[in-house]
Amino acid sequence: MKQLFAFIRKEFYHVFRDRRTLLILFGMPVAQILLFGFALSSEVKNIGVAILDNAHDVQTEQIISKIQSSSYFQIKKPALNYKEIENRFKEGEIKCAILFPANFGSDLYKTGGAQIQIIADASDPNTATTVTNYLNTIINNYQQELNPTARLSYQIIPEMRMLYNEDLNGSLNFIPGVIALIFMIVSTALTSVAVVREKELGTMEILLVSPFKPIMVLIAKAVPYLVLSLIDFIIILLLAVFFLNIEIQGSLVLIFAESILFIITCLSLGLLISNVTASQQTAMLISMMGMMLPTMLLTGFMFPLENMPKAFQWFSYIVPSKYYYTIIKGIMLKGLGFSYVWKETLILAGMASGLLFVALKNFKIRL
Amino acid sequence: MDNNRTNKSSSIEQSSTVNRQLSIECRKLTKQFGAFKAVDEISFDVEQGEIFGFLGANGAGKTTAMRILCGLSYPTSGQATVAGFDVYKQQESIKKNIGYMSQKFSLYDNLTILENIEFYGGVYGVSRPDIKTRSNKLITTLGLEKEAKKLVGELPLGWKQKLAFSVAIFHRPKIVFLDEPTGGVDPVTRRQFWDMIYEAAADGITVFVTTHYMDEAEYCNRISVMVDGRVEALDSPANLKNKFNTDTMDDVFYQLARGAKRMDN
Repeated sequence: MKQLFAFIRKEFYHVFRDRRTLLILFGMPVAQILLFGFALSSEVKNIGVAILDNAHDVQTEQIISKIQSSSYFQIKKPALNYKEIENRFKEGEIKCAILFPANFGSDLYKTGGAQIQIIADASDPNTATTVTNYLNTIINNYQQELNPTARLSYQIIPEMRMLYNEDLNGSLNFIPGVIALIFMIVSTALTSVAVVREKELGTMEILLVSPFKPIMVLIAKAVPYLVLSLIDFIIILLLAVFFLNIEIQGSLVLIFAESILFIITCLSLGLLISNVTASQQTAMLISMMGMMLPTMLLTGFMFPLENMPKAFQWFSYIVPSKYYYTIIKGIMLKGLGFSYVWKETLILAGMASGLLFVALKNFKIRL
Repeated sequence: MDNNRTNKSSSIEQSSTVNRQLSIECRKLTKQFGAFKAVDEISFDVEQGEIFGFLGANGAGKTTAMRILCGLSYPTSGQATVAGFDVYKQQESIKKNIGYMSQKFSLYDNLTILENIEFYGGVYGVSRPDIKTRSNKLITTLGLEKEAKKLVGELPLGWKQKLAFSVAIFHRPKIVFLDEPTGGVDPVTRRQFWDMIYEAAADGITVFVTTHYMDEAEYCNRISVMVDGRVEALDSPANLKNKFNTDTMDDVFYQLARGAKRMDN
């Protein structure tokens, strides 16, 4: 026990004296939270719009002023003709154009129907859809304001509620994903590198010749990274709560317990990688390509899994972070209890013990 | 140095007549990988406090033999005891009673001298107070008082190597295995390093050393030369030179090793 303690202390010295490790440990979570929270937003804002108003009547002015007052749009200088609009699309100045035909207002009142043409740059389909939706809403609202009393005898009014995330806060979705990603980096990549480093330096020989048991070497390597992962976890939670205003719905204890389970899974993966590699670079590469990429792509936090080809969806079932992501999302955002996530927890526990078993078994005594 | 050496060998002769205490005993020790006999029925004894040179060309089977003696692998057949413990059944006890230093670096560059000592002391289960007193004494002997809190990475290679040796015998093992300990070190430092080896031997620690430097082989009390997995010669350097009718160890080694069928692997 005392031997283990001496070993763990040494591991902490290594961590705190290596600037690169420190940067990965504490810089990365903060950078990722800021990136995902502020920079990488899927919301569309300040879309450049050009308006070709051939009517210039009260109605078009009112609609334009409504568009102007919305923060989603930024109205550029008015267009003079259709040709000009096309050019401005090509230059990328505008993403959207609105064309009012002549006699817009009079058409509206006399014939009971007027047309507006909305042209969106669909080279980015998501933005185009969002933009046209926004505009539709604005125009519909205007229409209702024009004759609030006019009602159809039968009317279905959909009342929508965005459950668990009423303000459509995009950061809610990615926080559990970022946590999974950070655990992958700290527990898998850094741990595997830490073990392989000893092999490269030749100090592993000394450790194997010593009475210190090989399994203890692995434990001593894993414990510090377990602790550091938990510290990172706390940092991310604090940032999420105080910076991104996320309310944690479920039980904190459960979140921690599930996280420790996932960290153990990641650590086992890291130890397994270190068993089969001989250089720090290879270990890093395998952890990054083999572990982080699937975590980013196949957990569903960046891209919806439902849209992927079946083969990818099947593959995602062996990615541990997928389960962790589901669990944490459920507890953190929906306030679910253990009875809702026991299945995922069981799978994760199975993976953890399987990986740990293989890692320990494969740890070779080599000189 | 030379003085020291003659003293040492005479004391060995004395002790061998009075009570021969064996540190390592090998009887027909064999390690076979498939049809390949890496170690082929080697037999030798090493006495307590002896400096035993373990020579052989690359691929002769030195490393394999040493791995067995260090408790890292099991022999295929034959017997051996190290510090009185059986290599088949008592690997754990062997590990507790030996020290080991390799050609590759065995200290951590980003730990200070003191932290390195504390770590290895801790791994071998030396108690905290013992670590304190012994490391203080060690640092004074090595004259590293000013550097004690410096990172090992900042030390010159020669000092690192001396420190690595001191760390290898810090837990007071009965035997210390040195695997080409002086690779890449200048001749002056190598002499100083051997002074330390003599001191350790005088304290009763058996030194089992492999080397490629023939001048170092001369410093040993006895040397064995392995060729193709077998021990082809085993005697004191002087006797070997007589036997092969030459006055350099280089020549002895060359005469023995040129018949080798196995070269670098």
